[in-house]
Amino acid sequence: MAAKDMREPIESGCPDPWQYMHPTMRKNFGQWKYHEHPRPGVLRHVAYSGDEIWTVKAGTQRILDVFTLRKLCDIGDEFADGFVHFTLRSNIEYMVTEEARVQPLINALEEAGFVVGGTQNTVAMISHTQGWLHCDIPGTDASGVVKSMMDELIDDFRNATMPNRVHITTSCCQINCGGQGDIAINIQHTKPPKINHDLVANVCERPSVVARCPVAAIRPAMVNGKPSLEVDERKCICCGACYPPCPPMQINDAEHSKLAIWVGGNHSNARGKPTFQKLVAAGIPNNPPRWPEATAIVKRILKAYKEGARDWERVNEWIERIGWPRFFEEVELPFTKYHIDTWRGARASFNSSSYIRF
Amino acid sequence: MAIEKHHTPMLDQLETGPWPSFISGIKRLRDEHPEERINSMTNDLLGQLEHSYETRKGYWKGGTVSVFGYGGGIIPRFSEVGAAFPKSKEFHTLRVQPPAGNHYSTKMLRQLADSWEKHGSGLVTFHGQTGNIMFIGADTPATQHFFDEINEYGWDLGGAGPCVRTAMSCVGAARCEMSCTNELKAHRALVNNFVDDVHRPALPYKFKFKVSGCPNDCQNAIERSDFAVLGTWRDDMKVDQDEVKKYVKTKGRQYIIDNVITRCPTNALSLNDDDSLAVNNRDCVRCMHCLNVMPKALHPGDDKGVTILIGGKRTLKIGDLMGTVLVPFKKLETEEDYESMVELAETIIDFWAENGLEHERCGEMIERIGLANFLDGIGIEADPNMLAHPRQSSYIRLDGWDDAAEQWFERQSEQRAAAG
Repeated sequence: MAAKDMREPIESGCPDPWQYMHPTMRKNFGQWKYHEHPRPGVLRHVAYSGDEIWTVKAGTQRILDVFTLRKLCDIGDEFADGFVHFTLRSNIEYMVTEEARVQPLINALEEAGFVVGGTQNTVAMISHTQGWLHCDIPGTDASGVVKSMMDELIDDFRNATMPNRVHITTSCCQINCGGQGDIAINIQHTKPPKINHDLVANVCERPSVVARCPVAAIRPAMVNGKPSLEVDERKCICCGACYPPCPPMQINDAEHSKLAIWVGGNHSNARGKPTFQKLVAAGIPNNPPRWPEATAIVKRILKAYKEGARDWERVNEWIERIGWPRFFEEVELPFTKYHIDTWRGARASFNSSSYIRF
Repeated sequence: MAIEKHHTPMLDQLETGPWPSFISGIKRLRDEHPEERINSMTNDLLGQLEHSYETRKGYWKGGTVSVFGYGGGIIPRFSEVGAAFPKSKEFHTLRVQPPAGNHYSTKMLRQLADSWEKHGSGLVTFHGQTGNIMFIGADTPATQHFFDEINEYGWDLGGAGPCVRTAMSCVGAARCEMSCTNELKAHRALVNNFVDDVHRPALPYKFKFKVSGCPNDCQNAIERSDFAVLGTWRDDMKVDQDEVKKYVKTKGRQYIIDNVITRCPTNALSLNDDDSLAVNNRDCVRCMHCLNVMPKALHPGDDKGVTILIGGKRTLKIGDLMGTVLVPFKKLETEEDYESMVELAETIIDFWAENGLEHERCGEMIERIGLANFLDGIGIEADPNMLAHPRQSSYIRLDGWDDAAEQWFERQSEQRAAAG
């Protein structure tokens, strides 16, 4: 393209949402009084003015084709004033101002194949990454894992029967873009990278790759007469941090890139400070197209949580109350030396008391 | 012209089951879209994805693609198996900044859909984990054409790479009684001050702003942003005792004691004999639990503002970090209030740009140089609210103790005088 054809961008940044906001929201902005949960997937917010907003939340496949996007718009136009809101976990929400309009909206969404739910103490839509569909460093898929799991967890999305909300996340590498969750299913590599020494010098900025390693296991080396990099495999923790800046350091492996499950990530301040997720299961096969082994463990954790936790307890709070030994017992997962933290600050996770449950 | 459809036995299995299937959606683009370009592009995309499922490997590589005038905002993807799947061999994503709070009209969504199918694959996600609308699948020339078109009617690219990233904010004051600040205004004031740093990556690494209207932190700001803004209040919470009594009557005393009173992390609540609620507001830490349980009866106070935490991030490179309280309470009402918050962000980003190592997040830099040095660097005084507890280690030189103590008392008396 010749420079004369180039158009200067308009650096408008983040758009003003006011123009796209439901008029009842605009009118009552900052003047809401309380909310109720009439049924799963529906919220009722009441403003000091007496105005009401009934929100209907629905789960989608997240990777939307334009047909599906237009279908969601059609439903919005016909049943919900032509405004929508998306949640953090990629659910779509429609707003209406009278109760009488709620059921027709629910019917339209369900008939079109969307799933109404995801509010209150449900298992929320799984927040996830791009996986094999688009990521440059994925050890597994994302949308496929989520589709498989949500097929199994759909009743827990539709019905609010958990002790509190459950956020599940998946991530297709250890960078964990999917984020912290009550239950997080992440790739965990188990072998050091396989290096294609013929390519390193041409592809990788070696000093920055060396700097990327969290355990200083990478050093420059001459291999086969070419400048390359080598990994001290005794130090390597197989995190894959060297792979994005240096694709010839292949960390993904069909056999040895496994799944691991973490629990107890909770970003709310309610009842306790925010918490990070902790490792509970690893070595789970990366098994497309349905990943049944990972889903089975998630379901075991959910079952134990549902049966054992008290109202309002999130997964981390339930485990804090019953203790980790009993958690491993309840979910029938092995406890191993690999559960002991070895990273900085590990000492803070040791039990320095006589608090033992028998 | 009919295309030769790839055989996708593994992906086909993802069309069974009750949850909506992304595979069915992509197939619809392949089979039903009037444009042959989209049919063949999504066909090859499915072919490559099936290949990934078979071999358990990814086949996309990054590269350098940008629009004129910017250095970021596009996630370039070139296929390593482009010879077998040529129509999707370039499959870039455009990251587009959503309106603050993710509000849309269907009219606008349709306009975006129309533009996107003209230039791209027809696949889009609301939203990615950083918070962008992700328009997934465009070849290199199309990225410019699509951007030019949507940029004309009000949309701009988000951040990718070592830059200020697209910000996020909760639904907040638009529909939530817990909201303690104008999340939308805070979100836009912050990120739109840094458009240059969003579009032209030149920082040590990524820098994220996230705004949650209350300590429930629905945007996950503390754990996932370098600059977290959380709405809060500093006067007494509002208690509607009649509503409390109604709730006790409905649920029973034991339920209230077990689910509200004893769940308060600082034991600031008590149930009176007449079923009204006693709140010791001096001990309350605004955890939100009792408000969540009884949203009709309890509300945030009137003296609202924000708490600002710095340095949250995930594992790479030194391990997970939560944000650390930097500003315990800040009013966010006047234009000057917003300006001073933006200035604080500028000061922090400038200091980090100057002192951060390559690929080092702001929180990691603070970990490396120490919180006290960071505070010196940005000109903010130490405050006990920044800590869970004071130091445990005696390994510290205390030469300046007397001066620091004196300054503390001076600041205290200045604050008292200012408060009148």
